[in-house]
Amino acid sequence: MDRKRFSGKDAAWLVFLLLLALIPLTPVMAENSFHMHVLILILLFASMAQAWNIIGGYCGQVSFGHSVFFGIGAYGAGMAVVTYGGTPWPGILTGMVLAAAVAVAISYPCFKLSGHYFAIATFAIVEIFYRSFLVWDWVGGALGLDYPLLDEGLKNLMWHESKAGYYYGALVLFLISFGLVRWIEGHRFGYYMRAVREGQETAESLGVNSTAVKLTAMALSAAMAALCGSFFVQYNLRVDPPMVMSLDMAMKFVLVTILGGAGTLAGPLLGAAVLIPLQEYTRAFWGGLGGGVDLIIFGLLIIFMVVKQPSGIVGIIDDIRKRILRKKAAGKGEVVDGAP
Amino acid sequence: MENFVQVLIDGMLSGMIYALVAAGLCLIWGVMDVINFAHGEYLMIAMYVSYWLGFLAGVDPVISMIASGVFIFILGALTYKLIIHYTIGKPPLAALLATFGLAMFLKNICLNRFSPNFLILSDTWLGGKTFQLGGLIIPAPQLAAGILSLLVVGLVYLLINSTRFGWAVQATAMDREAAELMGINTERIYILIFGIGGACVGIAGGIMPSYLAVHPEVGSLFGLIAFICVAMGGFGSIPGAFIAGILVGVVEAIAGFYIAPVFKYIAVFGLYLAVVFLRPRGLFGW
Repeated sequence: MDRKRFSGKDAAWLVFLLLLALIPLTPVMAENSFHMHVLILILLFASMAQAWNIIGGYCGQVSFGHSVFFGIGAYGAGMAVVTYGGTPWPGILTGMVLAAAVAVAISYPCFKLSGHYFAIATFAIVEIFYRSFLVWDWVGGALGLDYPLLDEGLKNLMWHESKAGYYYGALVLFLISFGLVRWIEGHRFGYYMRAVREGQETAESLGVNSTAVKLTAMALSAAMAALCGSFFVQYNLRVDPPMVMSLDMAMKFVLVTILGGAGTLAGPLLGAAVLIPLQEYTRAFWGGLGGGVDLIIFGLLIIFMVVKQPSGIVGIIDDIRKRILRKKAAGKGEVVDGAP
Repeated sequence: MENFVQVLIDGMLSGMIYALVAAGLCLIWGVMDVINFAHGEYLMIAMYVSYWLGFLAGVDPVISMIASGVFIFILGALTYKLIIHYTIGKPPLAALLATFGLAMFLKNICLNRFSPNFLILSDTWLGGKTFQLGGLIIPAPQLAAGILSLLVVGLVYLLINSTRFGWAVQATAMDREAAELMGINTERIYILIFGIGGACVGIAGGIMPSYLAVHPEVGSLFGLIAFICVAMGGFGSIPGAFIAGILVGVVEAIAGFYIAPVFKYIAVFGLYLAVVFLRPRGLFGW
């Protein structure tokens, strides 16, 4: 399969992006800011999941530690604005570089661990960062950082009148993350990553430096996660450790990707497009009633999805497509691959 | 010096409870190579069972821990039958995510039904009582929990190492297909192991309302610490998990007393990283 050329699929993606760009202009969306909010979150979480997908999906290293990088990005932007009273942009850049550096520093020893030992090590790292940030006064401690009200616009990366500005911000984020992964897919590095995922020893025997590949993938993934984090904090206009650095946040990176389909370009978007509306609308609908109902449904859905189709929504779509093909072929009396 | 011994004793006592919680997880991990993410939530539910028995029927946690153990045994067996069974043979992540979903489900059911408030059982047999030993103070509920932990972990260890059932479990853990060819019903072994693993944490959770408040979030931290203990002890090694549990308890107490209370869990998670970076398969792993 040649992934390098500009294919019909890419054209479809571009048309899809164009349609997304037109959404805020429709009157239904412009009037209802809650729908806009859900759309922004879908784009944000799709980008976060895509960031995780680089290391978790394509490179096969299942990290439960991405909220650390997300949090570093969030604090980068937050401190640039709140602590130093400037614009968020230098903070965003610093956050991305710092997240990549931290990712390399902590991943290097962790990559020696296998299977569950690696997974639990990433849990431990999240907890260490989370608890340290809770008591670290310089970054605001448990109280977190509250944004002052500044002029809206690109300079301060905040908008008050309508959510359209944030929507286009999220769309740019989406474009960067999906563009990056699409580019990597066809690039030599993408093949290296998949080779390492399928069999590290085999890849090494063919001359792939698996440690370098994994570290590079982790650094890229962490920098993307940090970028998403800084957008998240600009959108919420406040940041505290439970919001951005908790284990729950780290699990969201994994869940959205796995439910959508890990190691595929469309997976993170599909996962976010199903999970985020479910989360937001159930919360809006039941949130006030005793609490927890949205998460009860969420939990059941996760169990159901994992048990029924571990390759995610992409897998379900594949199944349906195969069934249709098989029906067509059966009509003509042919046999299609994949048929039993 | 006296302070240090006191801190050491407190740490060992809480470490024994960690060990009991971890032993159940360790059993499941060792036999099925599954991380049960809902393990902490099992503990939380066991505590609720014990609390409500105490609150509504006046049963003391020392007795109702048997009921908690049985309850979580059934819950564990059901978890296997309804969820884990379908993830065997799929990527290892599948079981972890499914049990994460289960954890979310159980936690929020309790939040929804019992509210997020801290529930405290008063007037228990052990609650608030202490022993004086020279200058040292030993709290009775923690001591009882520690002894219980020693007892249960010892029993589980004997069960696995010196009964016919235990040998069948070991055979299943080594090679499921070969065990089946030898006439072992591995499906039943899996159900029972999930049940027994649950019963361990159920008993631990049953006695804990004597000295700890119950709320829906109580299990999360215990679950996380149980992961740490099991991985630190080494894949499927029950003595390893036990020693790691006590080590974690002691480190937690020392860091909490000599550095600052907020640092105690940072020290615990740091200890785990230090151990696995030096020995990537844990203290007793192979």
